[in-house]
Amino acid sequence: MKALLATISLFFTFGLINGSVATAHEISGYMAAEVRGFLDDPLYPEQKRNNASVALQPEYYHEWENGSSFTFSPFARLDSADSSRSHFDVRELNYLWLGDPWELRIGIGKVFWGVTEFVHLVDIINQTDLVESLDGEDKLGQPMVDLSLTMDWGTIDLFVLPYFRERTFPGRDGRPRSSLVVDTDNPTYESPEEERHVDFAVRYSHSIGDWEIGISHFTGTGREPTLLPGSSQSGDPVLTPFYEQINQTGLDLQLITGGWLWKLETIYRACQGDDDFFSGAFGFEYTFSGVFGTPADVGMIAEYIRDERGEEATTPLQSDVAVGLRLSFNDAANSEMLIGVMQDTKTSARLITVEASRRLGSSCKVNLEIYVFSNVPPEDALYDLRDDDYVQLELTYYF
Amino acid sequence: MKQLKLTLKLSLILLLLPLVVAAQTPEENGLAIAQEADRRDAGFGDFNADILMILKNKQGREKIRKIRIQTLEVEGNGDKSLTIFDEPRDVKGTAFLTFSHKVRNDDQWLYLPALKRVKRISSRNKSSSFVGSEFAYEDISSQEVEKYTYKRLGDEGYDGQDCFVIERYPVDKKDSGYKRQVAWIDKSEYRTLKANYYDRKGSLLKTLTIEGYQKYLDKYWRADKMNMVNHQNGKSTRLVWSNYKFRLGLKDRDFNKNSLRRAR
Repeated sequence: MKALLATISLFFTFGLINGSVATAHEISGYMAAEVRGFLDDPLYPEQKRNNASVALQPEYYHEWENGSSFTFSPFARLDSADSSRSHFDVRELNYLWLGDPWELRIGIGKVFWGVTEFVHLVDIINQTDLVESLDGEDKLGQPMVDLSLTMDWGTIDLFVLPYFRERTFPGRDGRPRSSLVVDTDNPTYESPEEERHVDFAVRYSHSIGDWEIGISHFTGTGREPTLLPGSSQSGDPVLTPFYEQINQTGLDLQLITGGWLWKLETIYRACQGDDDFFSGAFGFEYTFSGVFGTPADVGMIAEYIRDERGEEATTPLQSDVAVGLRLSFNDAANSEMLIGVMQDTKTSARLITVEASRRLGSSCKVNLEIYVFSNVPPEDALYDLRDDDYVQLELTYYF
Repeated sequence: MKQLKLTLKLSLILLLLPLVVAAQTPEENGLAIAQEADRRDAGFGDFNADILMILKNKQGREKIRKIRIQTLEVEGNGDKSLTIFDEPRDVKGTAFLTFSHKVRNDDQWLYLPALKRVKRISSRNKSSSFVGSEFAYEDISSQEVEKYTYKRLGDEGYDGQDCFVIERYPVDKKDSGYKRQVAWIDKSEYRTLKANYYDRKGSLLKTLTIEGYQKYLDKYWRADKMNMVNHQNGKSTRLVWSNYKFRLGLKDRDFNKNSLRRAR
């Protein structure tokens, strides 16, 4: 709340200084309705077979003549089955002060780092909003001060992150979920300052010819919790999230050679007491354009993901091969489809995903998502989701 | 006096120019015309403009896109440009940053606003359709002289104007969707009025007509309307340009990954 007030007062202070208006008081955003149907009966008695949900994300944007701007974007979802998935978040509430050659962003914001498609190892600033989607690409707004300096030799970003956001997890009624519910009401922290621990990050990034390079370092509360067996206040067995203090160095590289994109992401994470480890992902993307005499493009993606922790890893992808096929029809409705197969090389568990979308009329979009968990043995991290194959249909209206 | 001499000299050179052109081979001649058109457009500095894109299918149904474009002239290299989408609403804020080059492939970045992700993309798929329109990426990218070889075919009247008719061939034969293009360029101002695009098999694929040229800063011609008709699929795309503004004082810092992220 304090951060919010500080941002608002900054907004008005700078607003007065800046005066003239470029993009005045613009409101945009989307409303979405989705239905999700599961192919099998649920494994846990609290879960329902299907669920429906609505979401709203408006955005207010104001830009002054000198390029400085203010953004406010709240998000809310209501879910028919899972009360934990019904949630509210401030995705963005920040003031961007544009200087030369620097820019300063103060408030709640979102930042993306990295190059690979199936995992985002290097990306660490924002917490994952896991109840939104299993792919982990939805993020919670992060309070931050971000100073970005662009020089001839690259861009330096310095971050101060004064407040920690806990990862969201599905509740008892949620589906898919782990067999034991994650007790998000009672997280534990290594730091006595808990969520008030101030984290820092720095990133250098540059484009050199056909190379894209990013080097980053983060020190503070790790975004990925270790889930420890515990019991809730009512005595039920639960998983208690434990957030450690970490130091993480990341490297992301991308090289373009003709139509090939070669990608690498790697992190080295040091934690207190525990073993340090490396994790990495590398792969490529290649696109054929105008296949079979049609205007469609077909992209092939392949990535190998390796986490030194193996089965101890806090992510389900630790020794996996992922392949994807991206179809862009290049039609007026912007029809697209992405089929992905993630195969664990050790346990042989397989996750198949399909995402397809097309525009309806001028301001709606329909989105189809299919998740299939196939051949998942008890030792695999996805075992609890083995009966959670689902089909999801979403209709989004943009305004 | 000195001034007068110089003017005389210049006018002599200008008088002789058509003779010099005539003495060349059709290839040299075609190149000379392209170079002259390029020379006449040099020095604009920077500009931005709004584009209304109207996609028309075979049945005549129309869909629109709203785009803004900013361009910075770079001395000794291709232009830098930022292309921002306003409509359709689902792609609002999506933007492309392009550093074009005279010889090698352009550098291109795509910004996806929902993920806040900047993605370096390959500019090699130049024959792909630009956002489902009849314009390919190579049609809308910066038209550097060095990207083609040329041949002058002759002269012809078009739309009441005396034109050079030149043929041009992409240097990057492997990735271009065209075997050749034929362009009608008016002799008085060196503006392209019409172009035919032939596919890799050599059949007529598309015709572009350009209308409503207006002069800015007393020197630079920019068109208000472009219409690309695809003869093979019966679709067409119209571009309506407006709000041209020149010399806004844009700098390199307006064309980097941070400005791509900020683009609205």
